[in-house]
Order: sequence, then C-alpha cells, then structure tokens
Amino acid sequence: MKELICIVCPQGCTLRVDEDHDCAVTGNRCPRGAEYGKQELTHPTRVVTSTVRCVGGLHPRCPVKTDRPIPKELVFQAMDCLNKVTLTAPVRTGDVVVADVCGTGAAFVATRDL
Amino acid sequence: MYELIVIGGGPAGLAAACAAWEHGLRRILVVERDRELGGILNQCIHNGFGLHYFREELTGPEYAGRFIRMLESTGVEVRLDTTVLEITPQRQVHMVGKETGYRVEEARAVILAMGCRERTRGAIALPGTRPAGVFTAGAAQRYVNMEGWLPGRRVVILGSGDIGLIMARRMTLEGARVLACVEVLPYSGGLTRNLVQCLQDYDIPLYLSHTVTDIRGRDRVEQVVVAQVDQDRRPIPGTELVFDCDTLLLSVGLIPENELTRQVGIRIDPRTNGAVVFENMETSLPGVFACGNVAHVHDLVDFVTAESRKAGAAAADHVRDPLRGEGPVVEVAAGAGVSYTVPQRIRPDRAAEGCGLFFRVDRVLGQSRILVRSGDRLLADVSRSRLAPGEMEHITLSPALLAQAGDSITLSVQEVGSQ
Amino acid sequence: MYDVFIIGCGITGAAAAFHLSRYQLKIAIAERENDVAAGTTKANSAILHAGYDPRPGTLMAKLNLRGAQLARELCAGLDVPYRPCGSLVLAFSPEDQATLRALYDRGRANGVPELALLSGAEARAIEPNLSPQVTAALWAPTAAICSPWEYCLALAETAVANGAELRLETAVTGLEPLPGGWLIHTDRGDLTSRYVLNVAGVSAQAVHQMAAPKTFTIHPSQGQYYLLDKSEGNRVGRVIFQCPGPAGKGVLVAPTVHGNLIAGPNAVPVAGEDLSTTADGLAFVRDTALKSVPSIRFSQSIRNFAGVRAAADTGDFVIGWAAPRFLDLAGICSPGLTAAPAIAEYAAGLLEADGLSLTEKPDFLCRRTRLRFHTLSPAEKAELVAREPAYGRVICRCETVTEGDILAALRGPIPPRSVDGVKRRVGAGMGRCQGGFCGPRVVELLARELDLSPGQIVQERAGSWLLARETKGGASHV
Repeated sequence: MKELICIVCPQGCTLRVDEDHDCAVTGNRCPRGAEYGKQELTHPTRVVTSTVRCVGGLHPRCPVKTDRPIPKELVFQAMDCLNKVTLTAPVRTGDVVVADVCGTGAAFVATRDL
Repeated sequence: MYELIVIGGGPAGLAAACAAWEHGLRRILVVERDRELGGILNQCIHNGFGLHYFREELTGPEYAGRFIRMLESTGVEVRLDTTVLEITPQRQVHMVGKETGYRVEEARAVILAMGCRERTRGAIALPGTRPAGVFTAGAAQRYVNMEGWLPGRRVVILGSGDIGLIMARRMTLEGARVLACVEVLPYSGGLTRNLVQCLQDYDIPLYLSHTVTDIRGRDRVEQVVVAQVDQDRRPIPGTELVFDCDTLLLSVGLIPENELTRQVGIRIDPRTNGAVVFENMETSLPGVFACGNVAHVHDLVDFVTAESRKAGAAAADHVRDPLRGEGPVVEVAAGAGVSYTVPQRIRPDRAAEGCGLFFRVDRVLGQSRILVRSGDRLLADVSRSRLAPGEMEHITLSPALLAQAGDSITLSVQEVGSQ
Repeated sequence: MYDVFIIGCGITGAAAAFHLSRYQLKIAIAERENDVAAGTTKANSAILHAGYDPRPGTLMAKLNLRGAQLARELCAGLDVPYRPCGSLVLAFSPEDQATLRALYDRGRANGVPELALLSGAEARAIEPNLSPQVTAALWAPTAAICSPWEYCLALAETAVANGAELRLETAVTGLEPLPGGWLIHTDRGDLTSRYVLNVAGVSAQAVHQMAAPKTFTIHPSQGQYYLLDKSEGNRVGRVIFQCPGPAGKGVLVAPTVHGNLIAGPNAVPVAGEDLSTTADGLAFVRDTALKSVPSIRFSQSIRNFAGVRAAADTGDFVIGWAAPRFLDLAGICSPGLTAAPAIAEYAAGLLEADGLSLTEKPDFLCRRTRLRFHTLSPAEKAELVAREPAYGRVICRCETVTEGDILAALRGPIPPRSVDGVKRRVGAGMGRCQGGFCGPRVVELLARELDLSPGQIVQERAGSWLLARETKGGASHV
C-alpha cells in the first residue's frame, strides 16, 4: 500500500494505492484521482520545461517544453539533450527544438517567439 | 487624447486592452517598461497556466503569447521600454522611454496593471551577515530562465509559495543542489501539485514551521541556519540546523506595486495593499481602474485575465458614459476567517447580472461554510470542502442578494463542526 | 616619490585628500577595498552633529563644530545630498532632564549656536509623532543629515580631479622609514612618500603599529540599523535622539536625505569588522526607537545593516605624529563624519608646521555637480532625454534611476566596480525592492561597460560573486 497526494485538483486528496491488487485506489473523491494514482505508481510521467541557447534574439535563452509528458525517470536525460542545441532567431512558438526526446517520441518545442 | 491608457503590458494589461478593444474603444495605448510584452509570464517557463481560461495547460510564455497575438490583431498602440513616472488626477500620464522620449499623454480612462513585486530580506528582517547570494526567487528565475545564468550551486529556499517551489525544481534541473525548502507556517503556501512535482520528485525536504535564523559568510553566503518556530513564529533554541550553501532564495510574499496609485491619491486597502475597487474594478478616482496583481496578489493567471477583462470592459463603459452617477454602494467587509475581499465596494445598479467576489481565508480549513450576512440577516451560505490561504476563493453574489444587502455585507467562513 | 600618502579612503581619508589637493602636492590614496567609503563611512547614522555631545576641550568638540560648518559648505559646493533638519534629544524622566541640561551647558561651552530646551509639549508641537511620555527635549537646529557615501565620493572624486591618485584594491602591508620619508609596502608593489597619513579606520591601530610602538587601541563597536520604506519617511522631520548613555548616543530615529527613515544603532563590542545583524540586536533597536516614536511601522522595513565604529581607548580622536612624517588620524568614531573636513584642515596645519610647504594651485577645482534624472522637472527631463536617450530608460524603478545615470557613474572619475558601487553612486537598488528588479540590469550594464562576463560581476568586494555559471554549458559551447 502506497500513499500519495493527488494533484489533479486543489483538493489534494490523500490516495492509497494498493500495489498488490492491480493498483486499486482508495481515498480519491473523483474518478480522475483513481486514474492519477494508478498512473503515478505504474508509470509516472512529467512534462519537462527548460530553455535552450538562442543567438540573435532579444534573450540568450529560449524556453521549451516537451509536447507531451515523458517518463519521469528520463527527465534528467532529457535535460542533457538540450545542452547540445543552439537556436538561431527568429524562433516561433511550437518550432521543434529536439525531435524524439530520448526515444520517447515526444519533442521539445519552443514555447515563445524569439 | 487617448480613450484609454493601460499601464503595464503583462497578463493584466494585455487582457484589459483586448477587452476594451472588443467593447468598442479604438484609441488605446499600452505602456510597458520592459522591451517586450508579457510581463512576468516571460520568465515563468513552467506549465500549468490556462487550465481555466483556455482549458489546456500552457507555459507562461505561451499564455502571454496568445494574448500578445490577440493584441496584435487589434489596433491597440503599444509603447515598449517606456516607464510611467506619474499620473495626475486629470488622467495625464507622464512617461519616459529611450526611444519614445518624455511624453505626457491624456486619456478618458486609465487602467492600472503594474503587477507586484517580491518581498525582500529587509522586509522580513532576516539577521546575519550581508553577503552576495541572497536573491528573491523571482530575480533568480529571471537569471536562470531568461539570462541563462545559474545564481548558485547549493541552495536553501525560504518560503514555500509557488515561485519558491518552482525555483527548487528549476535550479535542480539546471544542476544546482537544493538542500531544503523552509516554511515558517505549519502548511505550505503553494499548490499541492507544485509540492509534489517540484519537491517530492527531487527528494527536496520541506521544513514546515521552520525559519532562517542566521545567514553566514563575509562575501558570499557560506551557511544558512534554520530553526523550528513555536506557535508565535519564534525560533525554538536548540532546534538549529546548519546548511552549507552558497545561495538563499526568498519566496516570502508579493506586494502589489502601487507607487503610482498612491501618488495620484487613490484609496488603498491596507489588507490587499492594492486600490479599493468597485464591482467593475474602478478605483476611488473615477475613470481609473486597477486589475491583476496590482489590485491584489493572485495565484492563477486565469483569474487575472478574467478580472482584467472586466476592467477593460468597464473602462469602455466609462468612456461612453463618463458622468454616470455613483448610486447606492454596498460595502463588503471581511469577517471572521477572511483576510480580504475584492471588490471591496459594490454598486448594485451596475451589477445587474450579479457580482463575483474574490477572497482569501486566513488559515487552512476543512469542510466549511462561506457565509454572507447583512447585519443579523444571513443572505448566503455556500459550502466548500476545503479552504486555504494559498488558494484564492470566488463566489458570485446574485442580484437578488445584492438587492437585500442594504449598505453593507460581511463575508465570513466557518469550519463545519467548529463554532 | 609622493609628498603625502593617505592610507584609507573613508570619509576622513577622502576629506584629507580633497583638502590637500588644493596645494601643489603629489598625493596618493591607498584603499584596500574596491571602492571608497567601504567601511564605517557607508554604514552609520548619516548625521552631521550640532556639537553639544563631546566634552569641551577635546579634539572631538573643537573639530565637530568646525566640521559641521565646513560640511554645509562642502555639500553645497560638491552637490552632496544634505538637509539641515536639526535634532532633538528627548528626556523621559527627571534624570534625563538633568542630562539635557548638562548637554545644553556643554553645547554652550563648545560654542554650538541656537540650542534651546523645550518642554514635552513644545517638542511634540514641532514633532507630533513623538511619544506622549517625552517630558522635555534639547533642540539643536544646526544638526543636519547627509548621504555619507556620496559625501565621501564627492570629496574623493574632486581630489582625483585635482590630481590625487586613488589606488583601489591596494592594501598596505608594511612601512619602513627612509631618510626624509617612508617606504610603503603594498600588495601591489612598493611606493615611497615624504609623509604618510594613517586614516585606516578600524585598521588604524594595525597600520600605526607598522610604523611605531602601540600608543592606542581601537575597540570596534558595532551598531545595527533598520532602514524603512519612504512610506515612513515623514514619520519624523528631525533627528530624534534619546539621552546618551555609556555606550554612546543611543538609538536615534531620523529621516534620511533619500526620503527613508533610519532607526539605530545599538552598541555591541565586536572583534574586528563583524557586520552581522542579530535578532536580539534588531529587536533592541526596534523597541528603543518605538519608545521615542511609538507609531513607526517596522513592517515597512526594507533593509537592516550593521556598521562598526572605530573608537579608540583614549576617548578622543587620535590625531598626532606617531613617528617622524607619520601622522595618525585614528579613532575617528562619532562625530567623525561631521568632523572629517575639520580633521583634514587640522592635519594640513600639522603637516605645514612640520615643514611641508603648502602652495595653492591656481586651477584648484572646488565645485562638482551631478545630474540626477529623478530630481529634474518634467521639462528638464524631456530636454535631457531628447539630448541623451539613455536617460529615458528607467533601470531602477523604485528610485527612478536611469541607464543614463548609471552610465554617467560608470564613466565618472572613480568608476564603480560592483553592483553596490553603482548603488552608492546613483541609488539603483536602494529602494523598496532592494535590487530585485534592477539587479540583473545593473549586472548587464556593469559587464558591458567593464568588458567582463556577468559571471565576473561582484555585489561588493572581490569574492562576492553573483552568478555561478551559465546554463546549458554556456554560450561558449556553441
């Protein structure tokens, strides 16, 4: 049995997830909580936001994000692959900065115009 | 002569200007002191914005970008890199910019959207030496996210508000070691999702009911001493923990930036540190409106947008009908458990569709009732399963309620099961 | 070979350099830190005392009065923020009233003009926020407030403009007598001079002992302060003292020339230059200040700081020959800020009496002006921005300091080398947000003008780095 705090909404329910019984969730006050609890225990994912170098723009860094959540354990690896990129202005929101981050199929995309 | 001058091109100013345009104003000027629009959102590169307004999860720059493009599709004039120095009661706005020069512009309406600033070390009188390495979390955020510089390698964070939590994760991802997040209150001021995704994900310990009692180091921070506090927030001797670190980030509160507001003589609410506003965000100076973090500190930009759209629409109404009389006013008082309300004053004849009321509670409460009273009469009784100071609450006062309100109402909260 | 070598560029060293720079002399000033005014001068009460406090007959008494007079002229001539606001010493008891009487008599003996004893009601009539417990007050209209570091800078800059050489980041490590002068060892090489002035503040005892046997001891005494937001700046219009005790003049409450309110200091003996504030020290300052002015809102605090007074065990300034051609100007604690120009004048007299010939320069510059954007009228601002657009970009919004103001300082006679150096010259970062907003912009301007990487910019001294490293491996990885 594992306890975690639900982050789906501000209520912050304390979820209890039973690993021995197909990750059955109790303590949730809505179905989204059950889904979150199960996912968080079986394969937690995160959207990663960071920056990359950019030359020729108003700022020396351009913000980026993964266009979908990636497995939590790959977050630092994903960060590393950003060190190898340098954009040149102009950059548009949504431009792909790194395709297929660490084999996840997710892409890092620019989150602003620069 | 402009119809409307909006001071500040962050989320509040952008939404207000767009709404004023939609409501028919055509001579609108937005004055922004930075070299680009978007305000603080430009450095808030994390996601979580827009869930209410756009029904999707955006990063700060993306959220700002949508409004910037919206504004660009209008004929609103923008002056960047231009700082407003003074406003007169006649709505003359003195402004200065490197490219735009010194100008005095007049407008029929003005919207104040200057945002807020961070509380500093001095504001909380943190003792110790005065080395480099003590930053507000927002200043550190600008360095990391916009300038591309990491301000330190080993970090302690004081304050568990959202900016502090977000910076714990950002500094960690960029290779710094965040040793602790320290909160003087017995609960965190940040959103639960941030506690989970910014601290727990990276095993950063959160010390509740603790504070920083000493800063050491001659030139750069070398150590920070943390101690547990008692119920009166006084450090308990013998509970000290010493952290070897080079950086202390402060996330200890935000203060609406109301220097221009005060200077022109607009009435300020000491509880919000923002202007006292009516139901349409108009201040005590007719034709001057305030919205966003300059009116009261928000935790969700979506609410800033909603409030600022209201102000923009109201400014358009004012330009069309500037001489509308004040009419009856309902004063809204913050009662037991409520630290403030916005608006503070409601004109029922201008709230034909009712009036939304933002408020904050002064402590964490479980299942609770939100009560609206006028004198001895209970006008509304709304239930909530949880209330917390870190999460701004909102109820809507119906026209029927306002009709019974008399000249004042009091908003209070009561935990179910307690008196 | 220099004619005069001044060790230390606090207010007294700068005043000495300024005073001597009117004569045809070759002058050097060595300052260990990267800026002038880096010690006691930047962290004190900023008061120019009327002169009723020192015992009659002391150097303190004599030089305080003359210094106050000179300070008024110098601040006017060198464009230094100065306000002749006067001071009140408060009495809360019959014992205090006896002390006021003694101070009054002492002031009269020292020649302080216009002193008056007021009743509690009279004091509250001119200063309505004083405590109702105040029973009497000593009114000294000739007391004033100033900006100590700008005063020091103005003196040092004008001395430099008149040919004096300022050697920053130069620590004196030893002294050897030579025939007709001194060999001065520094961490940046050896220098020689006919005369040496020891104006090393808290380090004056150590410098003295490089040249002569010990004759005095410096007992550093620390004082902690609160600086409050401009919203509290009008809480009082005058300097408000309580009766002096054994530890000094006690906790005062005063407006500052920048529009803030200052409260402090306490007095704690420390070893060396301990500048850390403590919860107890600050609480003492708060409680004591509230006794004078109960309505002060300490929630409006924007900064705490501590300063160290370089008091000598002699109870007076230590001004005299320690060795042939080696003059001490030491033990310059309160009223040192006030007395500084008089100390300089007095020291020049001693040098001349010893045989140094003082011939005035025909082209001595004794005036200096500074452009400050925020003090101009709208018409003047418009004209200035049209002429120099950099004055149109506001960098520090709390104090309305522009890029033009900062660039002028960076291109001035003593360019700042740190973020705090910029702050002392133009006020950027001095306001309520304490540099939270303008800090990164000041770093950018410093880096550009000094041709350094932002990572090399310091807050104050060497070692006070601000930025650890670039993210993403830095731009150099491109």
